Amino acid sequence: MTRDSSRPLVVAASPHLRGRDSVPTIMWNVVGSLLPIVAAAAWFFGPSALLVVGASVAGAVGTERLFGRGGTIADGSAAITGILLGLTLPAGMPLWMVVLGGAFAIGFGKLIFGGLGYNIFNPALLGRAFLQAAFPVAITTWPAPAPHWWSLRGDNFALPLMRAGVPDVVTAATPLGRMKFEHQGTPLLDLALGTTNGSLGETAGLLILLCGGYLALRGYLNWRIPASILATVALLAGALHLADPARYGSAPFMLFSGGLMLGAVFMATDMVTAPVTNAGRWIFGAGVGALVIVIRVWGGLAEGVMYAILLMNALVPFVNRATQPRAFGTATAAAARVKGAP
Amino acid sequence: MAEAGAGLLSRLARSAGAFGFRHGVHPPDSKGLTAHLPIRRMPYPDEVVLPLRQHAGKPARLAVRVGDHVERGDTIATADGFVSSPVHASASGTVADIDWWPHPDGSMATAVRIRVERYSAQVARPRLVPDWHGLSRDEVVRAVQDAGVVGLGGAAFPTHVKLAPPKDATVDTIIVNGAECEPYLTTDHRIMVEYAERVHFGVRIMMHALGVRRAIIGVERNKPDAIAALARALPPDLDVTVLPLTVKYPQGAEKMLIKSVLDREVPSGKLPASVGVVVQNVGSVATLAEVFETGLPLVERIVTVSGHGVRRPANLIVPVGTKTRDLLAFCGGRTEDAAEVLFGGPMMGVAQRDLDAPVLKGTTGVVVLTHDEVRDRRAFPCIHCGRCLDACPMFLNPSLLGDLAKAEQYEEMDAEHLGDCMLCGSCSYVCPSNIPLAQLFQASKTALRRRKAAGP
Repeated sequence: MTRDSSRPLVVAASPHLRGRDSVPTIMWNVVGSLLPIVAAAAWFFGPSALLVVGASVAGAVGTERLFGRGGTIADGSAAITGILLGLTLPAGMPLWMVVLGGAFAIGFGKLIFGGLGYNIFNPALLGRAFLQAAFPVAITTWPAPAPHWWSLRGDNFALPLMRAGVPDVVTAATPLGRMKFEHQGTPLLDLALGTTNGSLGETAGLLILLCGGYLALRGYLNWRIPASILATVALLAGALHLADPARYGSAPFMLFSGGLMLGAVFMATDMVTAPVTNAGRWIFGAGVGALVIVIRVWGGLAEGVMYAILLMNALVPFVNRATQPRAFGTATAAAARVKGAP
Repeated sequence: MAEAGAGLLSRLARSAGAFGFRHGVHPPDSKGLTAHLPIRRMPYPDEVVLPLRQHAGKPARLAVRVGDHVERGDTIATADGFVSSPVHASASGTVADIDWWPHPDGSMATAVRIRVERYSAQVARPRLVPDWHGLSRDEVVRAVQDAGVVGLGGAAFPTHVKLAPPKDATVDTIIVNGAECEPYLTTDHRIMVEYAERVHFGVRIMMHALGVRRAIIGVERNKPDAIAALARALPPDLDVTVLPLTVKYPQGAEKMLIKSVLDREVPSGKLPASVGVVVQNVGSVATLAEVFETGLPLVERIVTVSGHGVRRPANLIVPVGTKTRDLLAFCGGRTEDAAEVLFGGPMMGVAQRDLDAPVLKGTTGVVVLTHDEVRDRRAFPCIHCGRCLDACPMFLNPSLLGDLAKAEQYEEMDAEHLGDCMLCGSCSYVCPSNIPLAQLFQASKTALRRRKAAGP
């Protein structure tokens, strides 16, 4: 009894139990499920892939360390931004540009808004948009397959302000570029497996689906967003393909080409920049899907996933507002009000 | 479209025998510590402390003086109006003092401290509560108030008030709440297993007092022995059914329970009577029967003492007013790593800062959590994962409400249905950012009340 009273009691507010998931658990699980995609990129694009992803992560995490509030690296979100940005870039990108992109993604995509949770736009995509504006040639230089796995796919070690143009890099078009500008298709199996040209992490569609599926099962990713995006793209692309098969790619082609899989599974699902309501998630996904088709088919660019997601990011507050859940017991109250009105 | 789909889904689920509400959470129930333990009686402590405020409504009015001798069951404080309840001596002895005393809600409250007579047999005076047979409805309501019966599920709302619903409400169903969805607590579980007949007798009294022909006892599926015991003892002459419910927190919340059992939605700001229902906790129903059976007012209750921070968990009958300290000592005391002592379960229970606080009529249990369970976790900004929206049984937007609370925009919170929040804590439980949402909402409710009281 006396010993009982000598020990201090913890006094906290209810609930006194907490679920097991925390922000770091979620973020590091996402990092973990991105690693197989990085590995696949390394398999397809050689050491250049690892260099680019590494530089991007270094730029992102370094910026978070320098300008973020203390201890925010441990939550893992800067690492995700870095990896995702790296996966959207071509293998031959000069590393100094990549580092700059990573720094921009975190600095102007996230920290300037107040850090984790406060940003409006997906930081990785904002970083890519910056690189696309700043280095339009480098970001669309798609290297052709190299003779050896270990050979660099471009002048990764080019220095700033030097004339980059490396003449011995052979380039090749991406499937979407070939479709848009040459009206040539690509075998679906190549698209699904990833043995096509493009940015590092966007080629292996099936692998991305697999990794996303793991996250969705664990509850770290909301499946409604990719489902909505992919369904919308499939529907619209299918309709267009029916109208003019020679001009427009088929639905599976549209689904598995370009950055759609990576964007739909890993970028549009970024919790901070996506709607909080389930209805809002369906709407958000449908908007992204529709914009992807619009840009790909009628826009000047071969690919439109980045702008589609960024544009929908901007609409998220409105989508949230419009899809507020109906509070329990309020439908009847509203009905009563309407009835009671003169 | 989503709403229509949900309605269809819930109808499909109900036809498949899954009676539940939407949203909610699944904390580990931890009931295995005490679910199998028969209810035992705790010996009388040296003294009992009886606060005058241990029910919802006006506190009782003091009716004894220091030095008075009281017998077990004697009235020591009378009801102050209709929405109030008297307090009775829970043990024979002498009134030692009447003073401020630590109340389990964290405040200090006027309480009567009775020094328990050492060698008393603790036998009450003969029949303080009248025999039930032949009493009219109003007489039953009167007798229930005089017996000091209040809701034993936590809120301690005076039971007789529920037995006299507003005249314009037509009640067609009594729902007996045997969900007991709070982790650790097994009080109601044991009552249903051991006192099934008494529960049915209580139902009978309620049906008589309310003039209602149908009663449904809702029990979560994780208590098959309770469901079986109640089903075995069903009275043949009454329309009483035992309905197994899905296992989910907060199944025992009044509005959720009505939704689960009858698929009726209580309108925001209204009472269950507005949809023709009176809900009563199963422990209260059993107590209602007990006071008429024994003739003794509500002077003792059953509590679960559990948690990994207490040495010998138990289900106990204890006199109301037993100090937490004495209760824990009887259960072997706290373990070395005990950290937090709760009145009630871990989801909605109140942490105690003083072990002198007494067990009240509404105390469902005392749970002692260990340091491992209550470890302070780092808070992160809201990442808008939306888990709280999927957890909230009232379909609110805790993420938005949390942002508004931090900005002290209480009027906006009011417009976002803060008033419908019942502080069940489901949002805090699932929040990966460890934002103390329920705590913010409780503080906001208080702040909003103050602003409204201060006027525009």
